[in-house]
Amino acid sequence: MNIVVNNKWIGQRTIRPDGVDKVTGRAAFAADTAMPGMIWGKVLRSPHPHARIRSIDTSRAEALPGVKAVVTSRDVVDFPLDKSVMLGIQDMRWMCRNVMARDKALFPGHPIAAVAATTEAIAAKACELIEVDYEVLPWSIEIDDAIRPDAQILHESITFQGKPSNIVGQLEHKKGDIEAGFKQADVIIERTFTTRPVHQGYIEPHACLISVAADGKTTIWSSSQGQFMVRAMTAYLTGIPQSDIRAIPAEIGGGFGGKTIVYLEPLATLLAKKSGRPVKMVMTREEVMRATGPTSGSKNTVKIGARKDGTIVAAQGTFYLQAGAFPGSPIRGAAGCSFAPYDIANVLSVGYDVCSNRSKVAAYRAPGAPIGAYAVECVLDEVAESLNMDPLDFRLKNAAKQGTKAAHGPVFPRIGYIETLEAAKTAPHYSTPIGKLQGRGVASGFWFNAGGESSAQVNITEDGNVVVTTGHPDIGGSRAGIANICAELLGIDYRRVSVIIGDTQTVGFSNLTGGSRVLFASAMVVTQAAEKVINTLRERAAKIWEIDPEAVKWENGAAHPASPNAGQFEPLTLEDLAEKAPMQGGPIGAGVQLNTQGADGGFGTHICDVEVDIELGIARVIRYTAVQDVGRAVHPGYVEGQLQGGVAQGIGWALNEEYIYRSDGKVDNPGFLDYRMPVCSDLPMLDTILVEVPNPKHPQGVKGVGEVPLVPVMAAVANAIYRATGKRFYALPMSPPKVLEGLEQPIQQAAE
Amino acid sequence: MAKLHVSTTVNGEPLEFLCEPHDTMLDALRNQLALTGSKEGCASGDCGACSITLDDRLVCSCLMLAAEAEGHEIRTIEGMARGGRLHPLQEKFLEQAALQCGICTSGMLVASEALLAKNPDPSEEEVRFWLAGNLCRCTGYDKIVRAVLETATEMREAAQ
Repeated sequence: MNIVVNNKWIGQRTIRPDGVDKVTGRAAFAADTAMPGMIWGKVLRSPHPHARIRSIDTSRAEALPGVKAVVTSRDVVDFPLDKSVMLGIQDMRWMCRNVMARDKALFPGHPIAAVAATTEAIAAKACELIEVDYEVLPWSIEIDDAIRPDAQILHESITFQGKPSNIVGQLEHKKGDIEAGFKQADVIIERTFTTRPVHQGYIEPHACLISVAADGKTTIWSSSQGQFMVRAMTAYLTGIPQSDIRAIPAEIGGGFGGKTIVYLEPLATLLAKKSGRPVKMVMTREEVMRATGPTSGSKNTVKIGARKDGTIVAAQGTFYLQAGAFPGSPIRGAAGCSFAPYDIANVLSVGYDVCSNRSKVAAYRAPGAPIGAYAVECVLDEVAESLNMDPLDFRLKNAAKQGTKAAHGPVFPRIGYIETLEAAKTAPHYSTPIGKLQGRGVASGFWFNAGGESSAQVNITEDGNVVVTTGHPDIGGSRAGIANICAELLGIDYRRVSVIIGDTQTVGFSNLTGGSRVLFASAMVVTQAAEKVINTLRERAAKIWEIDPEAVKWENGAAHPASPNAGQFEPLTLEDLAEKAPMQGGPIGAGVQLNTQGADGGFGTHICDVEVDIELGIARVIRYTAVQDVGRAVHPGYVEGQLQGGVAQGIGWALNEEYIYRSDGKVDNPGFLDYRMPVCSDLPMLDTILVEVPNPKHPQGVKGVGEVPLVPVMAAVANAIYRATGKRFYALPMSPPKVLEGLEQPIQQAAE
Repeated sequence: MAKLHVSTTVNGEPLEFLCEPHDTMLDALRNQLALTGSKEGCASGDCGACSITLDDRLVCSCLMLAAEAEGHEIRTIEGMARGGRLHPLQEKFLEQAALQCGICTSGMLVASEALLAKNPDPSEEEVRFWLAGNLCRCTGYDKIVRAVLETATEMREAAQ
């Protein structure tokens, strides 16, 4: 594949196509639209962590003036437990029960019924009038409680080792002989780590506005990480065919994986169908915190053995991840990614998916990988220390490279992990002296990255400009990258390219915005579509000049004779050819639909400096550098932004963020005051180093970049706190009370 | 209860609206006045996505009752660009890629403008503490802080 180099727009910090709308308040997010006759929907949620629903009486709610419709699980299509129906990684058996509890409520916040009324206040009042007869059941939230032999089982139909269990899934990656590997080790370190559930923390709550016409034609306006996912899941759960559902992607106010499934859309659709009125639903922040996301809490044990020369000979990981109410925790990311940066002969990595009575886990930026990497990268730091090796040199000695077989299966192609380590080592940050009570930690991370289905249409307007339509919600600037690529290929100013995110009925199927796949995949389809358009333009010029299309080249936005032999002609610009199009064969445009392949994994290495206030237990990040192999930075500003944003989320996860549960099983901190995400004054500038090892399987060399930056952060912070204080912390978050408590305890034994 | 009648000025335009006594200013802006640039992220004054100014004072419109606008001057993100010309902060946010999803951007810009009106030469620390009431989950704040500092410098130079 010919990779574009020496270019004009790729690599430029252009102004994003949707930028002006977003700095002026014009951009329409999910909650920003209204329809004539619109009414409001509200959800009644379970107050109990675990309860059988004996009966629901909605008659008093229905009788309340202003109430137009009430729905319960009876209105949602049932997917019986004996047969799995998959949509991507989601099982509709669980989705239908997650959007509306059927026989049991499985977490506080689980939807029980939904009401639509003329005002939000009436809808809320009607929810209070619904009578639910619950049989309250024993419950568990923490992993240790959920896997006890006498624990109350959430799903009796799921068995583990022949018995009903809350362990609902297992995944194992094996390479070499783990026992023999540890026998070769001169030093072995084994540690157990815990992490707490943390929320994706998007600032925009889930919202939608839906109308269903009398003939069943449905219009969904909502923000999500995939309008096609919204259409498919809503179709499954309501029985409306996909051809009748137009899902329009609103601008999305953050997702980070948390908007890859539906919560409100099926309920609003059913309410709109029943009431005959458009229905708007907007979650409160408290509903977001109680009933959506978060990622898993976890308990993980990692054991690593190395020889005196620094060679890692064996590595073992056991990762228990909370799935919440339904199966599906990201054990693949935890067990699969955590050892991937290293060339280790003997690996055993096992993940367990554990159900418990909290909200169903949702994807969060490199799902599972940060949890696994936190444990592995902290143990690596201890091993390096016990061998008196610099932690980056230790990683360099064991780094995966082209040809390394990863424990999760693939043999790596050309990868850029070593380059990230070398760049970190030579970064001025790494050699800058640090002060008292300050410490410097490093850690690395890997994420699979994804390709998959994408569609694009590239059309030339009648005045010779360009409209590109793709099918992926733009969550962080992908339209800017697409504009750069299209301008590059067509040889025109990027401002002449308009980039639109199509709805489900106007652009071909495009899979989720997730897996760090959007620019990788959409660049492929946009490139192929643009190349088709260029071929058409060359053919048109050839026809006008009466020469062979092969004798026409496309350069700087115009057709030129390929060589003096082809004849002497004045160039025909995009505008010229657009103007002549009606007489020369008609509209100019091309669509491409692909299942994209070749998304190579991504690697990053981070350096973190902290300063610890030992009186108050406050660890503060004072300097940070994230190094990542990004393949090719099509728009460096938004690539750096991905790194910086991931780092900020990781610092929150490391130092403050956690779900705190009350003794009755409810989340005690369902708001931004008590669920403490990093604010501006908590952070320093976040430096980035973009290493560019182009992906040879991509026309622009692109690799996914969005998820890797979260993977190394917690370990980098933990390792830095150790260097600052001499204390290793094995639990997140390392919040002030926990740091204080840790500092008061005697220092633990290092290596065996 | 009867609705309240409120006369106020929004982005320089005198106007009137009706509201319930419990409606917040954010409700009135979004639902009565169709000014949806101010966002609701939390409804508890923690995220700053609904930031507006009330007589040049920065407030969270979710913490202000709509009826309190009576006789006062409100400015929102929709009033920041004048006559189709972007404010230098808006220009700089675009140049610096200081937004990703854009949901916090309205509030960030309104808060930043309020800062520069009070303090045309803020230090990095002053910017960080001033914006500590505006949550952004996408950017890690780096590019936002740089954009505000650079705009301040350019505005000071332009004023000389």
